[in-house]
Amino acid sequence: MSDKNYLTTDYTLRSWFLTTDHKRIAILYFASLIFFFFIGGAAATAIRIELATPQADLVSSDVYNRLFTMHGIIMVWFFLIPSIPNTLGNFVVPLMIGARDLAFPRLNLMSWYIFMLGGCITLFAILAGGVDTGWTFYTPFSTLYSNSYVIVAAAGIFIAGFSSILTGLNFIVTIHRLRAPGLTWYRLPLFLWSLYATSVILVLATPVLAITLLLMATERFFGVGIFDPRIGGDPLLFQHLFWFYSHPAVYIMILPGMGVINELVSCFSRKQVFGYKFVAWCSLAIAAVGFLVWGHHMFVSGQSLIASLVFSFMSFIVAVPSAIKVFNWTATLHKGSIHFDAPMLYALAFIGLFTIGGLTGLFLACLAYDVHATDTYFVVAHFHYIMVGGMVTAYFGGLHYWWPKITGRLYSEYWARTAAVLIFFGFNLTFFPQFILGAEGMPRRYHVYPPEFQVWNVLSSGGAAILAVAYLMPLFYLGYSAFFGRRAPANPWNAPGLEWQTSSPPPEFNFASQPVVTRAPYQYNEHFQAEPQNA
Amino acid sequence: MPESSAFAPQYASVPHRDHTAELGMWVFIATEVLLFGGLILAYLVYRHAFPQGFAAGSRHTKIVIGTTNTAVLLTSSFLVAWAVEIFSPATTKIVTWLLVGAACLGLVFIVLKGIEYGKEYDEHLVPGIDFQFAGPKANGVQLFFVFYFVATAIHALHMLIGVCLLITLAIICRRAPTTRHHAALHSAALYWHFVDVVWIFLFALIYLPGRSSS
Repeated sequence: MSDKNYLTTDYTLRSWFLTTDHKRIAILYFASLIFFFFIGGAAATAIRIELATPQADLVSSDVYNRLFTMHGIIMVWFFLIPSIPNTLGNFVVPLMIGARDLAFPRLNLMSWYIFMLGGCITLFAILAGGVDTGWTFYTPFSTLYSNSYVIVAAAGIFIAGFSSILTGLNFIVTIHRLRAPGLTWYRLPLFLWSLYATSVILVLATPVLAITLLLMATERFFGVGIFDPRIGGDPLLFQHLFWFYSHPAVYIMILPGMGVINELVSCFSRKQVFGYKFVAWCSLAIAAVGFLVWGHHMFVSGQSLIASLVFSFMSFIVAVPSAIKVFNWTATLHKGSIHFDAPMLYALAFIGLFTIGGLTGLFLACLAYDVHATDTYFVVAHFHYIMVGGMVTAYFGGLHYWWPKITGRLYSEYWARTAAVLIFFGFNLTFFPQFILGAEGMPRRYHVYPPEFQVWNVLSSGGAAILAVAYLMPLFYLGYSAFFGRRAPANPWNAPGLEWQTSSPPPEFNFASQPVVTRAPYQYNEHFQAEPQNA
Repeated sequence: MPESSAFAPQYASVPHRDHTAELGMWVFIATEVLLFGGLILAYLVYRHAFPQGFAAGSRHTKIVIGTTNTAVLLTSSFLVAWAVEIFSPATTKIVTWLLVGAACLGLVFIVLKGIEYGKEYDEHLVPGIDFQFAGPKANGVQLFFVFYFVATAIHALHMLIGVCLLITLAIICRRAPTTRHHAALHSAALYWHFVDVVWIFLFALIYLPGRSSS
């Protein structure tokens, strides 16, 4: 093993900004996503401070509209969708399949530049005055009435979409073509199955969003009546096209998280994943059925009752593969030798929070209840349980799990566990009261509310303060460990995956010689023996 | 033909690299199908809502130019397919000319499209800029022309990208072709055929409705 690794091959800025190494591109994404996460988080903080009292103390209604729109746009398109695929995925996909890089390394770099271009354009729209339409850009408000930077923001998202498509394309081709000898589909780590399913959605759904935003911008710019009922257009068509992307997009956000959890649960209970094939195919089932449920966002839009019933039924169906996964994780934990390391704490938090998020999703799939809960804080709480409690928690878990591989350094277990517990506590205190607020009828997107809702809002804002501190903590202890942490061994968790068979951090082309796979994944019990560690 | 000796370290062999590239193009085409799919879906929704307006709008399109363009594009696709088929060290000259021919036909298509746009502008059929159409069908006709312009403009943009690809490949083929360029030519041809197929759909959707009756 050479002592040069991917971080030390070259130190120039040029070597970073023109790199085609998937590991360095993952770091570029990582840095950009931290930036976007804190912008989106700052907007969330302002929202929660405003909502601590029933009156409008901090911002006007117009500024409030721009704040929650900015929070939504940044978090959805510039953090949640790229988070796990583009950072952890970019880093570990080639390592996990024993390849020396992704199939198209230059395309990979290009997709980072496209992402940054889209991000900068969207940030420009926000700095220039912001957007007040909500992240969904519903017509006719966005096309006729809004006096904000709708076209610029849409252009940024449109461009960032190309980045999503190219990343998905790269993953699909890589997983098909570059697997190491012996690495059959049923020997593939489950994280890769979930990324494969995610990539299929990225490739097939994102172009529909692109064309939708293009039509919206055309409508707004020329006033030609695509969505304007006065000229015969149909505002509902926008919602159909928008949710045809945006519902599958929530699976873009959660499937990679589920994939990470498979790795963590198996590793820290030292057991094979229970029902490997079911978990694998459930990823694809979620991706496939996820394309058929968009209409549950439109139950109160005036679509036909038959359509609503079909979409309601399909939404219940899509819960089945998700539930299978949860049961398989718990079955994996059963009689496992469970180690409560920081990544495992995140994984356990994920299972709990995702289950709450998923079950409340069934409330909303239920036609009768959804009519009551539409546009209330119940919906806000539900999707934050999935996207923040699920996705962000899984992201942090995966980050801690692969951190020694990425940086070659170990972090402080004490601080990592403390942060994990604080995140879990702060998260529940923030979002659980919102279920109650929603059930009692507090509508979302309002900055003033009747005084009787204040107690739950104060609890929620207090939880948000804890959550904010907890999300800042990793910045410090992980940042410290990246430079001063103890050196990590090649395989600190004694895991059998291929990514742990090379040094930490890996050399430039990952493996000194082509690995050959001869056994099923997750062989913690029978065949896998812990190798002596040299720290 | 010289074998391109160096290939990136993630590939096991030259054919492995070439097949990987081809799969990449197929996945890209899948994403493009959905891009035009969304547009065509929206078109069909409004055609269902305004059948008479769409038929009336369709009768104002320039079917002679549209049909000529269809023939031009099919011929161009044929030349590209021919170039892929005969690509070998002995045929670089012919391949170059076939690609140049295909690219020129692509440009002819775009020029004819421009002339067509000009005629529509003269007849006040461009929504949002200068649209005038009186009568009860006006809304349907305007929506028809919105989709006509958005769809054909996106298609023309794809054509332009394709023409650039073909010209680049023609230049490379004239200088120093290797097996790698055969793979590139193959992928570019897939793209060009796809753009052609999209046009066939657009032609049927845009030019033909309402033509059989008055």
